[in-house]
Amino acid sequence: MSTIRTEPVTINLGPQHPSTHGVFRLRVTFDGEEIIDVEPVFGYLHRGTEKLAESRNYVQIVTLTDRMDYVASMSNNLAYVRTVEKLADIDVPERAQYIRVISVELQRIASHLMATGFLLNDLGALATPLVYCFRERERILDLFEMLCGARITLSYMRPGGVFQDAPADFWNSLNVLISDFPNYLDELESLITTNEIVLARTIGVGLLSDTQAVDSGVSGPVLRAASVKWDLRKANPYEIYDRVNFDIPIGNSGDTYDRYYVRLQEMRESIKIISQCIEQIEPGPVRTETPFFIRPPVGETYSSVEGPKGELGFYMVSDGGISPYRCKVRAPSFINLTPLKDMLTGWKMGDLIIILGSIDIVLGEVDR
Amino acid sequence: MYGLGLFKGLGITMKNLVSPSRQFNIVQYPNRRASPFDLAKVDNQNPISFIATHPIKTLRSLIGLETLVDRMPQHANFRGEEFAWYDRRCTGCASCAKYCPLGIIKIVTGTSGVNQQEGQSYDIDVFDIDIGRCMFCGLCVEACPYDALHMGSGFEEGKYRRSDLVINVDQLKAAEKKPSTWFRPQLTDRGHDPIKGSTADWDQVGRHEKPSLEDQGERWAKR
Repeated sequence: MSTIRTEPVTINLGPQHPSTHGVFRLRVTFDGEEIIDVEPVFGYLHRGTEKLAESRNYVQIVTLTDRMDYVASMSNNLAYVRTVEKLADIDVPERAQYIRVISVELQRIASHLMATGFLLNDLGALATPLVYCFRERERILDLFEMLCGARITLSYMRPGGVFQDAPADFWNSLNVLISDFPNYLDELESLITTNEIVLARTIGVGLLSDTQAVDSGVSGPVLRAASVKWDLRKANPYEIYDRVNFDIPIGNSGDTYDRYYVRLQEMRESIKIISQCIEQIEPGPVRTETPFFIRPPVGETYSSVEGPKGELGFYMVSDGGISPYRCKVRAPSFINLTPLKDMLTGWKMGDLIIILGSIDIVLGEVDR
Repeated sequence: MYGLGLFKGLGITMKNLVSPSRQFNIVQYPNRRASPFDLAKVDNQNPISFIATHPIKTLRSLIGLETLVDRMPQHANFRGEEFAWYDRRCTGCASCAKYCPLGIIKIVTGTSGVNQQEGQSYDIDVFDIDIGRCMFCGLCVEACPYDALHMGSGFEEGKYRRSDLVINVDQLKAAEKKPSTWFRPQLTDRGHDPIKGSTADWDQVGRHEKPSLEDQGERWAKR
């Protein structure tokens, strides 16, 4: 009796698939159930943000950055305005820096909650942990509505500060949130962290070693889960991060479970940072008077911040005019997809979704 | 031990189901079921006398047929649709049109004298905002030096045609003025809250207090 003839099968995952977190297409070649080749195809959400930036002035581009990583607009705003401030040499008042750090850390929590919720959704824990995460995220979005009138597309920051001081009732709501958020995180952890199904599905799955992670240029929680202690907030402190105490949580082995657990601990560190900022913040101006048509001197600069997904940087070239000559975005989601093939090869079909979910990509940022 | 996580998880979902501090913030929108007490409050009546005088309404409300229209609870800073534009404050300087990242504000001024404002020598013939393309970033409001344009507080601007989404100068003049307090700290200081339904007239929205007649008299005398 001869053996059965087998051949690899190529399957398209996406572009319209609920588990690809957007319009992302994966051409996966299977040998039976095992993945032998992966070819990511993206560009379905390309809107030409970098080109559009060349025809707008420096304040108007803030509205474009909201639409890149649309679950963490605040971090995009910060990364952009910091680059413009560096390019045009604008000082930022101290109170504005504190408000920026508070809002960015709130945004980090919101983004990590969404990543955790969708990772569990991909695992098959349909809806229950996701709606718990969304309920808490909703409270953060309510805080953003108080701050800047919008929930998703915030446009809160301007070169030279933030456009408006926080209203008086914002601080009460913020204190309520940070006092009961650790309890909520404990509850989420007791639901997920020790659950046998989660442990069986995630421990040892999608391994990314530290050398692989560094070689492929990933950053953020994916890098820190691979036990590399690298965080721009510590390595190159910007704003007022050198005045607050916090730790950098790192993982042990770089598997899917570590990537989840690093995010969970980062939320606790963010709460720590926010409560220290509330103690230190003092009244004062929140915005340096800048002209609407900023004309930076001729030159180029690169500046980056630690966003929720990783190192988010802007490279801008000025020719002395009112709009940038070139604006290049270093999008962390896009670069974190680099080691995807190494992470996926050899794993089964069911692991594909959770490995992809644990990287936490946002297609608005991948395609820009 | 296997299976322990299952019971732990079920306990947490049960806790979330019954604990009042873990409830979802659900808003019955746009209509909310009204109890007889709510209806009595709307009629400004004592609940007992309301039940005695309106037995049918009370019965209907008890089986859930009576509803009240509620506003979504939002902060006064919410930047929404239905721009509040005050033609008596606007000078037609077109700062808003220059600041708009999408260029969707169209302003035409002329000297025909048809739409002339009080105390001005030219008129604003066209003031179109294409809110079908608007992304509500609020840069136009930030730009306005005369506090003439404000963000609105609504969000229910569903239309059947794209052309209906272009709001022109007549619609802007006739619209109910519920300006958002976004980027207008003077409105917050005066206790204005559009979500609770307060409106503001053109002389109440400026960043400077309107001088009284005595102050004006003094100023004229000093010159």
